Amino acid sequence: MRTQRQGAGEQTDPVIALAQLTPGTRATVVGTAAEANPVIAKRLGQLGFRANARVDVVRRAPLGDPTIYRVHDTELCLRRREAQLIEVVPEADR
Amino acid sequence: MTACHDVEGATVAVAGIRRVALVGSPNAGKTSVFNHLTGLRAKTGNYPGVTVARSVGTTHVNGTPIAVEDLPGTYSLEPISPDEQVVTDLLAGTCAGIDPPDAIVLVADATTLRRSILLIGQVLRLDLPCLLALTMGDELASRGGRIDTDALSTALGIPVTAVVAHHGSGIDDVRTQLASFAQWQRPPVLPPAEPDAIDAWGQSVLDAADYVAPQPDRRTQRIDRVLLHPVWGTVTFFAVMFYFFQVLFTAAAPLRDGIGHALTWLGGQVADHVGNPVLRGLFSQGIIGGVGTVLQFIPQIVLLFCLLAFLESVGYMSRAAFLMDRVMAKTGLEGRAFVAMLSSFACAIPGIMATRTLPSSRDRIATIVTAPLMTCSARLPVYTLLVGLLVAPQTRWWGLSAQGVTMFLLYLGGGLSALIAALLVKSTILRGDLLPFTMELPPYRLPSPRAMLAAMWSAARVFLRKAGTIILATSLVLWALLNLPVREAQTRGMSTTDTTAYVMNHSYAADVGRAVEPVFSPLGFDWRTDIALVGSLSAREVFVSTLGQVAAASDPDAPQAALATMTDDHGRRIFTAPTVIALMIYFMFALQCMSTIAVMRRETNTWRWPAFAFSYMFVLAWVMAFIAHSIALGLGA
Repeated sequence: MRTQRQGAGEQTDPVIALAQLTPGTRATVVGTAAEANPVIAKRLGQLGFRANARVDVVRRAPLGDPTIYRVHDTELCLRRREAQLIEVVPEADR
Repeated sequence: MTACHDVEGATVAVAGIRRVALVGSPNAGKTSVFNHLTGLRAKTGNYPGVTVARSVGTTHVNGTPIAVEDLPGTYSLEPISPDEQVVTDLLAGTCAGIDPPDAIVLVADATTLRRSILLIGQVLRLDLPCLLALTMGDELASRGGRIDTDALSTALGIPVTAVVAHHGSGIDDVRTQLASFAQWQRPPVLPPAEPDAIDAWGQSVLDAADYVAPQPDRRTQRIDRVLLHPVWGTVTFFAVMFYFFQVLFTAAAPLRDGIGHALTWLGGQVADHVGNPVLRGLFSQGIIGGVGTVLQFIPQIVLLFCLLAFLESVGYMSRAAFLMDRVMAKTGLEGRAFVAMLSSFACAIPGIMATRTLPSSRDRIATIVTAPLMTCSARLPVYTLLVGLLVAPQTRWWGLSAQGVTMFLLYLGGGLSALIAALLVKSTILRGDLLPFTMELPPYRLPSPRAMLAAMWSAARVFLRKAGTIILATSLVLWALLNLPVREAQTRGMSTTDTTAYVMNHSYAADVGRAVEPVFSPLGFDWRTDIALVGSLSAREVFVSTLGQVAAASDPDAPQAALATMTDDHGRRIFTAPTVIALMIYFMFALQCMSTIAVMRRETNTWRWPAFAFSYMFVLAWVMAFIAHSIALGLGA
């Protein structure tokens, strides 16, 4: 399966799933999870969730899912299922 | 310029009309550019083999027509679904029966250029003449971003034109350039193909164009803070939906009545001036009545599309889909399907047409085949009649009007059954969709009147042209069934209503009614009811007037009194409580609407799905009505 861990060299940064972040936080995309379906990984990449891209977690829907993210100057919403596949390094403080 | 025109004039004469394709991501303003270029004369159809709408229009440059094709919005030329494959295949010339375009107009939103630069790179690699129409430049500047279009043109190696799709500035420039696409600048070196290299290429192009990305839109952030708030957002959502229906029902009703009156007057004129009674009936009931069924839908459909286009172009529609996605996910569909389901509460036709916003064709078909279960407005007259036959107006249950409660239960039943059917369809025959749910939330924008007009016009035209022909044809057939053979000799000396009743009770439709009686008798329907059921195949509300004519009611449109006392051949009352309940349940589920079937055929590009929907809904209607009838009989109602 295809993995795109380009920033994985920095061992100190914890890599977590985008879905774990709370609204108001910011993170840098590392890649898509190894177990992700390559087709879905491709689409997420096309939408801007590529290595080194900055992602802002904007807002969660009142019913808990989906969540709005800002990536590449666009606001997009993803369900938890897809956000779980995006690996990010959260920014410590804003 | 003149010289090159002459050269192209020759190619046009030899190779037929030249074709230009518009390519861009969703929300880039592609359709807006298309509408400006082609006016409102676009032809719509389907791409072969898929349920993706295709629209082709014509633009005239110095008197020379050029075909412009609005390709479906796409993020990339690496498709992940058969629907997206259409764009890639068409551009590569591998789409069956469609030649590749002669030139491409790329449409990209300047505020999201960092994302669309990838698509631009992929399209440039096709090595066709390309022009980039850059939209939303005004918004980019107002949000603190900037771009040098001349430098962008140099870096990409293709002409770049700034377009403000909202008021159409820059469109004339694009049109003029279309005349000379053979002379367009072409990139000296094609962009790289490898994912990493194309990222670097995109960054270098944006750097060369001195691109500064815009700040997030402050106004959108402020509005979203309220409209997507857990409490206020939910309150606003329900308020918007409530007013949506209020406007739909109250504003469209007078227009519908106006058309109704005009047609009645026309029918009266025909009745006065046509001597032959059969021809008179054919004209006044068959043709004017049939066309009337079509025309009376128009105000509501146009208004619904106007409201949908307004909510869409303001940006609220994607917010509504965002709020409702969790609910729709339970049925296996997604937030955007909610809009289609909601519209179907007014009429399944615009609901089915609204499924075009769904990216997944499985979701689209699942919504199309289940949306007609939603309680549309054509069921309202049928329910009103049946509820009136079942419970008296003064009856109260738990302190509430019993008629109101019954009506509410019928609406609730319709809504729930549509969602349950969607769940079943999505988890069985339309299972296994890979497309992830992703949806863009565009900034709030002032609606463009032109875009709204275009949406209304295309909806009305599709309905008039496609559904209109089928509805007219079926209403003519039904008129013939209900009014032939001629019974002039037998009805001589009878009153008009008695004549109508006599002719109808001895018509071909009555033969059909008697023939299908064994099918419906377990539900408690006798052959007279079956005549009305056959009649209501064209449109549900026809049930009321047909039943009125069968019962020889003095006012066929309000036949309640005549029906309540109507008896069968053995002197028993026909409309007993179990029969009325069974009829309600039958109408809750059955697909008694030719227009819906016609639109389903049009949107899915095959008779398979309308046939499937009609069959499963008929079986469901019969079984549920049988169960309801049996229970009601058992309880001794």
